[in-house]
Amino acid sequence: MASLPLLSMTIFLPLLGAFAIFFNWGQSGLVQAKNARWVALWTSLVTLGLTVILWYNFNADSSSFQFEDKFQWIPIMNVGYHVGIDGISLPFVLLSALLIPICILSSWSSIQERVSEYMIAFLVMETLLIGMFSALDLILFYLFFEGVLIPMFLIIGIWGGPDRVYAAFKFFLYTLLGSVLMLLAILYIYFEVGGSDIPLALTTPFDPAVQIWLWLAFFASFAVKIPMWPFHTWLPDAHVEAPTAGSVILAGILLKMGGYGFIRFSLPMFPEASAYFAPMVFTLSIIAIVYTSLVALAQTDMKKLIAYSSIAHMGFVTLGIFSVDAQGIQGAITQMVSHGLISAALFLCVGVVYDRVHSREIADYGGLVYIMPRYATVFMLFILASVGLPGTSGFIGEFLVLLGTYQVSTWAATLAASGMVLGAAYALWLYRRVVFGALIHPNLKLLTDLSWREKLIFSPLVAGVLIFGIYPIPLLRVMEAAVANVIDQYNLALDPEDGILDRNKALDMARQDDKEAI
Amino acid sequence: MEILAIIAVFSPLLGFLGAGTFGEKLGDRFSQIVTCGLMGLSTLLSIYLFYKLALGERTLSIELFTWIQVEFLQVSWGLQLDSLSLVMMGVVTIVSLMVHLYSVGYMDGDQGVPRFMGYLSLFTFFMLILVTAPNLLQMFFGWEGVGLCSYLLIGFWYNRESANEAAIKAFLVNRIGDIGFVLGILTIFVMFGTLDFTAFFDILEQHQTDSFRFFGVEFHALTLASMLLFIGAMGKSAQIGLHTWLPDAMEGPTPVSALIHAATMVTAGVFMVVRLSPLLEYAPFAREFITLTGGVTALMAATIACVQNDIKRIIAYSTCSQLGYMFMAAGLSGYSASMFHLTTHAFFKALLFLGAGSVIHAMSDEQDIQKMGGIWKFIPVTYTVMWIGSLALMGFPFFSGFYSKDIILEVDWASGLPIGKLAFYFGLTAAILTAFYSVRLILLTFHGKSRADDTVMGHIHESPLVMLLPLVVLAIGSVFAGYSLDKLFVGEETTFWGNAIFVLPQDEVISKAHHVLPWVHWSPAIMGFIGMIIGYVFYERLKELPAQLSRSFKGIYLFLYHKWYFDELYDKLFVNSSLKLGKVLWEEGDQEIIDGLGPNGFSTVAYVGGGLLSRLQTGYIYHYAFGMFIGIVFIVGWYFWL
Repeated sequence: MASLPLLSMTIFLPLLGAFAIFFNWGQSGLVQAKNARWVALWTSLVTLGLTVILWYNFNADSSSFQFEDKFQWIPIMNVGYHVGIDGISLPFVLLSALLIPICILSSWSSIQERVSEYMIAFLVMETLLIGMFSALDLILFYLFFEGVLIPMFLIIGIWGGPDRVYAAFKFFLYTLLGSVLMLLAILYIYFEVGGSDIPLALTTPFDPAVQIWLWLAFFASFAVKIPMWPFHTWLPDAHVEAPTAGSVILAGILLKMGGYGFIRFSLPMFPEASAYFAPMVFTLSIIAIVYTSLVALAQTDMKKLIAYSSIAHMGFVTLGIFSVDAQGIQGAITQMVSHGLISAALFLCVGVVYDRVHSREIADYGGLVYIMPRYATVFMLFILASVGLPGTSGFIGEFLVLLGTYQVSTWAATLAASGMVLGAAYALWLYRRVVFGALIHPNLKLLTDLSWREKLIFSPLVAGVLIFGIYPIPLLRVMEAAVANVIDQYNLALDPEDGILDRNKALDMARQDDKEAI
Repeated sequence: MEILAIIAVFSPLLGFLGAGTFGEKLGDRFSQIVTCGLMGLSTLLSIYLFYKLALGERTLSIELFTWIQVEFLQVSWGLQLDSLSLVMMGVVTIVSLMVHLYSVGYMDGDQGVPRFMGYLSLFTFFMLILVTAPNLLQMFFGWEGVGLCSYLLIGFWYNRESANEAAIKAFLVNRIGDIGFVLGILTIFVMFGTLDFTAFFDILEQHQTDSFRFFGVEFHALTLASMLLFIGAMGKSAQIGLHTWLPDAMEGPTPVSALIHAATMVTAGVFMVVRLSPLLEYAPFAREFITLTGGVTALMAATIACVQNDIKRIIAYSTCSQLGYMFMAAGLSGYSASMFHLTTHAFFKALLFLGAGSVIHAMSDEQDIQKMGGIWKFIPVTYTVMWIGSLALMGFPFFSGFYSKDIILEVDWASGLPIGKLAFYFGLTAAILTAFYSVRLILLTFHGKSRADDTVMGHIHESPLVMLLPLVVLAIGSVFAGYSLDKLFVGEETTFWGNAIFVLPQDEVISKAHHVLPWVHWSPAIMGFIGMIIGYVFYERLKELPAQLSRSFKGIYLFLYHKWYFDELYDKLFVNSSLKLGKVLWEEGDQEIIDGLGPNGFSTVAYVGGGLLSRLQTGYIYHYAFGMFIGIVFIVGWYFWL
């Protein structure tokens, strides 16, 4: 197994599938659509299998990059094709590979137009996503990172709802604007380091004064992606207009690109700047949690409500990351994985009833429990996971993040904990209005419960949420060494001997700033 | 022994899974049999374990597997069986089994029998996980689990608006308390580096003078941790301020009220406080706060209970009040007294609720006691057990409540602390009120002329045997539990609690409580007697008096009738303002400010700017020439000036 370029195979297999669909053009519409579906499904399933093999052969004790493939790509510029994964990227690779087949299955019958293009878009996206999470060259990373925008833009813009063009452009411009700044920073690093190799850049110390600017440039991109308040307004619009599978991929993985970027680049490359800006990130995260939870309460559109809840959950992620603490960062990654499963499932839950009723308005529902008891059960489970009930993966992430945060700022942890109440309020209220209550809308009476295909889609998500809630050790174990490595590097850089900022000073500043903010 | 304990805890979960998976296919009867059967097994094993371990003064701890491990944080799933958890297991399983059986009759014909039985079993499982937890995090797991089941069961009849509202309210109010619980857990971990009870209890003494920075202020660390955790207990045990969910929770089916909102879940807060006795012993301020909270709640809830008309709400406020008693004693280091009252209360309060359910059943789902009356001879068994429950609640001599309430008030007095004296007087006053509202309930429900209409009276009937049997079992417990457990739980010589309860030598209060003056000893019973007489006079002799009093003291009456206006206040303060704020933030914050200045503003600028720029393209050559000329001047000027 060692001789095979396993990781590269995983990255490019979906692209191969996309080509297969592409060259299948020319047959009659129905046959072509059917073939496209099956090819896409099998490709993504085999990819999932490959990632499981990666997981199985992954050495969790090591913090170094594994399954590396490296060769000169553009020799004249000293840009290499370099990929590899460590414990921070592996969970995201697995998550991507799990969600794509789910997306394809969930679009099986709801997408009837331009099926081949649709499937190609998803397969290309899978290649870009897995490539992005395993890229070890800055230029390569940037290509993958930005490339993801294109299929996503198309998915929203072509298969989206009535206002899809506005949403697609808003999404594109917001994220692109951030990325341009990141590109400038990457170019600076490229010239400073003399190459674009990430492991090399990670070990190069940057002048703290420069770090501030580089950090901000990366932040512009990642903060929009996650998204952090106040760069979040593209997300609700994008979700509302996107088709169900688009929302699943958007909430499930695209939002995690920001969090991944913070852990992979901001913390280890710009430790002084990260410490300097941590109070700001804390403040923005807290605002995000409280603000967006309150906004979620006021929503009348199911997808918007879940979109806002995503922003609140991502607030926990940024809190955990910038607590720079083993519990905090592992909690943040767990929270991201868990949110990937939960938000994907919640959007699928909306999709199930949207496919039947073609409305996202909460007021158009009520009393579904009478006709769709199985659906009600599944929906309830994910609502509870979203609320962070112990026993679900949502709890593990939130608890670890709070634990990490509490050691840095009791203010931040307390306010974040208040999100537990608000989160329960909007989630349970949503559920109560959609599923409970009297069945007053006559058109709902004819609905059918979950089909076998829908059950199949939900079952891995149900299993994941419960297993990681009761036994999250496999997940935590994978990331342990890599996260410890990031923290060590960070602390080493901030050592009072040669850093400009001592960690404790940074922590004091965080507390100060929090106080001022509140 | 290990395997028996595991079976005892997990068989209700199996019952839930059985009823949940196959209940719909195999029918109501199957669900009833599987849940009741497994519950019976759990009960038998719990009693067996109680005999073997608790009475044999042995403990057992079982580690199942690791739950979370990150750096120094290590938390495992496990079962810790000591006298404290074994007492709770006994109480929980016995009451739960009775409620399961009762539900077979009570819920007969309801559409959701499998779901109902499943939820009851699931609740029992979470409760057992809670009481056997070896660490704070597993306790929190059980804690949230029982909260979830409470939510599901309050909203069991989900077509009712009020039931849905009450369910969400219960969940949210509990969550507010949970913020405290979680922060308490975090504080404990940051201080001790562990969440295992035994591990951090062992090193408490070294940390007794530590301070902890919270919100920028230095606090005594152990006091801070205790206070935070107690906020969690206040939510779950419906203490003043966080009690508003409990009366509303009566929207759930009556067996639920008996099991969850009287006998078991609401006592979880008391259990937590007792479990944390080693911590609290080093946090005297927190204990005083607990006593005060308990005392005020006991009194407040009792005053409200006196004027309510819904039979279940009266009993709910009574529960609130009795929980206050338990906290009073716990705060004064009388932990075993709280546990004693918890145990006896579980029996008589479950009995009262199930009895009330039997009344409601008989009265065609009527709950307003103003619309009852004169029905005692139609439902004699229910009538008898309601009397037994009430007498036990009032602390009538030699009924179970007599012993446990007595020791609590003795502890209050014997503690010698000012706060203890205050609690004592609060407790005595509440005892009068307790007797008063109990008698009021009995007289209005069963005696006098019937105020119900004829159709209801025509249908009136005694409940079936499957409902009466649990009533009789609980009635026996209500009579004898006090007498038979007195020596064991709070006797002067008892070593029953072993290491499960820790009291500093200078705080030792139970032995002192046995040597109080006789008037202290008899005062609760006397107060109860006085309350009974007042109740009898008000509702049997001078029937005009209550109405007159409520007219002449209208302010007080309305204040009590509206439950001290807590709900109105909270609605104004929190609920409505949050909703409003959310709308404002969305419409003004997101749409106007962020979008207006951000993307939309940007596109407007680009659009308008583009329009302006396009006007420059006039097509006249002299315009362009002029532009070029200006440009050249500018460049040349720039060159010269620099």
